[in-house]
Amino acid sequence: MNEQQLRDVVTGALTQVAPEIDPEALDPAADLSEQLDLDSMDFLNVIVAIHEQTGIEIPERDYPKLATLDDAVAYLAAAQQHGAAGPPG
Amino acid sequence: MPTLGADMESGTLLEWRVKPGDVVKRGDIVAVVDTSKAEIEVEIFEDGVIDELLVVAGTRVPVGTVLATVRAAMGDGVPESASPAPPPALRAPAPSPTPAAAVPAPATPVATPAPAEHRMHVSPVARRMAAQLGVDLGAVAGSGPEGAITKADVELAAGGRVTPAAAASPPAPAPVAAPTPGPGAEAVAAAAAAQDTAAARQTAMREAIGALMARSKREIPHYYLRTQIDMSRALAWLAEENLKRPVSERLLSSVLLLSAVARAVARTPAMNGFWLDGGFQAAESVHLGVAISLRGGGLIAPALHDADEKSLDELMAGLRDLVARARSGRLRSSEMSDPTITVTNLGEQGVDLVHGVIYPPQVALVGFGGIRERPWAADGMVGARPTVNATLAADHRASDGHAGSRLLALIDRLLQTPEEL
Repeated sequence: MNEQQLRDVVTGALTQVAPEIDPEALDPAADLSEQLDLDSMDFLNVIVAIHEQTGIEIPERDYPKLATLDDAVAYLAAAQQHGAAGPPG
Repeated sequence: MPTLGADMESGTLLEWRVKPGDVVKRGDIVAVVDTSKAEIEVEIFEDGVIDELLVVAGTRVPVGTVLATVRAAMGDGVPESASPAPPPALRAPAPSPTPAAAVPAPATPVATPAPAEHRMHVSPVARRMAAQLGVDLGAVAGSGPEGAITKADVELAAGGRVTPAAAASPPAPAPVAAPTPGPGAEAVAAAAAAQDTAAARQTAMREAIGALMARSKREIPHYYLRTQIDMSRALAWLAEENLKRPVSERLLSSVLLLSAVARAVARTPAMNGFWLDGGFQAAESVHLGVAISLRGGGLIAPALHDADEKSLDELMAGLRDLVARARSGRLRSSEMSDPTITVTNLGEQGVDLVHGVIYPPQVALVGFGGIRERPWAADGMVGARPTVNATLAADHRASDGHAGSRLLALIDRLLQTPEEL
């Protein structure tokens, strides 16, 4: 997936958890949990949704590396590069 | 109209899920009711056949109003394969002084699976708007995630046939829009109506919470206890456990806390039950109320049933399901009326501790602040360890501080052996 696709995956996962948000209005550099009032259950559901879309297993210790939208996209791009578990395409 | 939480005085019947003649089993969902807080799926208490529906969908009625009549299930060719009870002659005088309808179905599992109907993903706003505009949600194509029906979908479906009267709020069916509005104007009117409803719901929810909490503070002589719990063992165990698990099966630390509370409460009966008619009634099971904040404000505390008997995985699945349904779907009547003690976890927002307000008629509430590293003295040394402040608010009419401190001490002890939770 390219960067835009990964971004869409993350915003898609976020809107699943918080249906009322406007992905366009997200500040890509601000903390997602604070910005969207996510609790740990919400955040875990975001991680699960990202996994379903990309196949990337994000270990718990890496959660802080996905704090913002930009961070999350960068993390997923890197994980994909290292061939973690990304599906073909 | 059942009481779906102590703060409920009336409810609006949104829809019937059954019709006269339908055979129902205990636990089946027969109707959907809107309280001021949420839409609740109402389960039936006994087996039987729906006789007559007495309240029309869309009507608001006080708690206690008879919604429908149900004939007893036995005899009459009703399949009762699960029941070993001898088939009594329904029209003959009852052989025992107990009326047939009052006999609990012996072998019918309470956990009757919900009807296998297709569950639509509909946002609450969209659902309310559809109800107002008379849109059949079954006929609306959802454009949201997983085919979820959004406000926009309902507006679209209503477009062209919404009448000004339908767009007005229900109690005042006076025309509010121009007689022949274009589709755009209709959508705006519909959106305005939905917004009004959302605002009205917010107000109603604040009123309901306010009334219940005022009653709690007025009637319940609260006492408060607090203990700090070392979470290093629990968190280390959890980290190791989650490392072994795929993403979808990971556990949250809050589930460890819930499990410890449920197990401790099971051994502290004075904390588990209700203060009713001037006396304490101990509950036989631990139905753990879990305070869930709703997106956009408000709070609801439905029950995780028999939480003390559930594994961590079952609690995690139960919590995930409960949170999802509390926020976007629907809760069931038993979840609203059953909690025997409530847990509130405010640590996520970063507070250190919470002094809770008990939900009447319950007699205790356990609160958790955030789990974070704090100075901790052990073996003559001060170090940093992850700790959590556990608090108890309890009803002094039902228990004393001694019993309360036992509960907190037990929660602490259980969290030191997380592998046994």
